[in-house]
Amino acid sequence: MSHVLDRPSTKPVLSEGKRAERRLGWLLCAPAAIVMLAVTAWPIIYSVWLSLQRYDLRFPDDRQFVGLANYAAVLSNGYWWTAFGVTTVITVVSVVIELVLGMLLALAMHRTLVGRGLVRTVTLIPYGIVTVVAAFSWFYAWNSDTGYLAALFGAEAPLTQRIPSLLIIILAEVWKTTPFMALLLMAGLALVPDDLLRAASMDGANAWQRFTRVMLPVMKPAILVALLFRTLDAFRIFDNIFILTKGANDTSSVSMQTYNNLIRGLNLGIGSTMSVLIFVAVAIIAFVFVKLFGASAPGNDPGGKR
Amino acid sequence: MAEIVLDKVSKRYPDGALAVSEADITIADGEFIILVGPSGCGKSTMLNMIAGLEDISAGELRIDGERVNEKAPKDRDIAMVFQSYALYPHMSVRENMAFPLRLAKVDDATVRRKVDEAARILDLTQHLDRKPANLSGGQRQRVAMGRAIVRNPKAFLMDEPLSNLDAKLRVQMRTSVSKLQKQLATTTVYVTHDQTEAMTLGDRVVVLRSGKVQQIGSPQFLYDNPANLFVAGFIGSPSMNFLPGTLGEGELMTALGPVTLSDRVRRLVEAAGAPREVIAGIRPEHFEDVALMDADHAARSGSTFTATVDVLESMGSDKYAYFTVEGETAASAELDELAADSGTADTGATPGSQLVTRLSVTSHAREGEPLDVWFDADKVQVFDPSTGRNLTYAG
Ligand SMILES: Nc1ncnc2c1ncn2[C@@H]1O[C@H](COP(=O)(O)OP(=O)(O)OP(=O)(O)O)[C@@H](O)[C@H]1O
Ligand SMILES: [Mg+2]
Repeated sequence: MSHVLDRPSTKPVLSEGKRAERRLGWLLCAPAAIVMLAVTAWPIIYSVWLSLQRYDLRFPDDRQFVGLANYAAVLSNGYWWTAFGVTTVITVVSVVIELVLGMLLALAMHRTLVGRGLVRTVTLIPYGIVTVVAAFSWFYAWNSDTGYLAALFGAEAPLTQRIPSLLIIILAEVWKTTPFMALLLMAGLALVPDDLLRAASMDGANAWQRFTRVMLPVMKPAILVALLFRTLDAFRIFDNIFILTKGANDTSSVSMQTYNNLIRGLNLGIGSTMSVLIFVAVAIIAFVFVKLFGASAPGNDPGGKR
Repeated sequence: MAEIVLDKVSKRYPDGALAVSEADITIADGEFIILVGPSGCGKSTMLNMIAGLEDISAGELRIDGERVNEKAPKDRDIAMVFQSYALYPHMSVRENMAFPLRLAKVDDATVRRKVDEAARILDLTQHLDRKPANLSGGQRQRVAMGRAIVRNPKAFLMDEPLSNLDAKLRVQMRTSVSKLQKQLATTTVYVTHDQTEAMTLGDRVVVLRSGKVQQIGSPQFLYDNPANLFVAGFIGSPSMNFLPGTLGEGELMTALGPVTLSDRVRRLVEAAGAPREVIAGIRPEHFEDVALMDADHAARSGSTFTATVDVLESMGSDKYAYFTVEGETAASAELDELAADSGTADTGATPGSQLVTRLSVTSHAREGEPLDVWFDADKVQVFDPSTGRNLTYAG
């Protein structure tokens, strides 16, 4: 409309007070920013630096700058791509299942009128258990000697076969992190005003239409955040695989491969290359999420708050 | 278009609160009916029961003669406008208005035509592609109306649709709502706690007090013949003046002096079997500055008193003069509730009660000076303080 006309085209000149206020703002942020840089930026830069060298602690004298040779080696290696595929499958499948289950749980928790606190607490128990401990209990449930679940399903040592192993890994992941998903989604549900759902009922929507056409779009930012968190987490899966299969039968993830090279193999060059590649993959995932969901990215949604 | 009948409808919430008790209302086809009452009296509850958003605890709700107690909101073919507007934030104005039609699987061309038509009526055409978040309050309100009218429902329900607007816009929108309703001639139930809206909008007004229907009638009828103290005090702005009084032989003794009741009033009071102690109610416009009247007429038709003007407000067309009347204030449960609702309870700085009078603009009343004031004896209403009943009710 027309009042755009008299808006000044150049940036408004800040008054003296405003400028002082800004300076103070920066000063107050500075300590935190410096700490952040020190603890996150430095290790990243250092591993990038390491990834450009041949550097194996078993042969420290052979240390040498090799440019992108490590990257070529990793990216042309079948093990890496197998691990990458395994990681992707685990990530996609477990996050999808978690989203569906988490949404159901969130709806249930949102709706329960009696014992809401108790329901929430019970739901959160799996998330409160240390991953390694939980992984061990899954391990003993499925291994060939003590495996009561394996016995129950009549499975013969499932953790020694690839597909069953992957399924068990996914099961352990889902069991562990669905509560977290549910919690994030429940925060999103609270964003949907009751009146909106009542209006939708009046407009003729049934329960499913209210859910898909009103609830989901309105809570999209919360869903996005939940998905982003979980995808990034799942992509770096380590503990469960480490305990359940140790990466045997082609079940290792990229993080497992990195660990094997870096800590077990003591090959700092290759290991660092892999961790840089994981970092890049994670960055790409985050970028895609934000791009894909565009304007509904968190903190960027004028339509979301009315 | 539909006739809506509430037959002894009650609502008891699970926590035991009785929000609506045995409401009997028949809303004629095409009628514009207003539910009015102070906060918490059960207006929204009643509306939600008609909508199907709240279950009905007892009684029967019929739309066009058919019992609908058990029907889901979407099967009742009723549209609702919410106080919060409840626009879908992720949809454009066009999509918002089209939503009910899309759900009804109406074809694209018809949706387009109907939305354009509604947008034209509501003057929203140039905003169709904007999101609700970028609209002004009045525009959002109109989108909410648009979403209700696109699908020609049997009835409209509106829950305080104008209360989020500023005063000026509210008056504007009030007229357009009224015009729109006349134009569409669709049965409309409109909830408000603002008695001015109730007076100006509706064909009929239902006054509610703590879940009970107090009186149903046209705005003018309620104003002239309130059934009880509560309705008398609620309808009208500034509200009716209430004074304790004692009935004698054809005479009413109040702090304003003795009043000889007119024959009409006397007959009504006698027929109603009035107690001795009563509450007299006089509306502000039934007072006048004696200096502007024919002395003879004044003496015959009413009674005169002299009091000091506390405050004088000149409205241009009228003058409002405020007086303090010495002595007891009128006391009853209804009046206490009204005072609590309007926030005037226990301001208690001045002893005695305040009297509001509306005088002709030509009056020479001056603040702080005594004035001779006349009031119309035929317009005095007499209430029973214990039950609140209007003893001069002529309905
Ligand atoms: N969900 C509920 N559970 C229990 N009691 C309720 C519930 N909703 C409303 N009530 C009670 O029912 C009574 C009527 O409420 P209602 O919302 O209908 O009032 P209202 O007339 O619309 O008031 P307002 O003008 O403030 O909107 C109130 O006393 C309220 O406390
Ligand atoms: Mg209400």
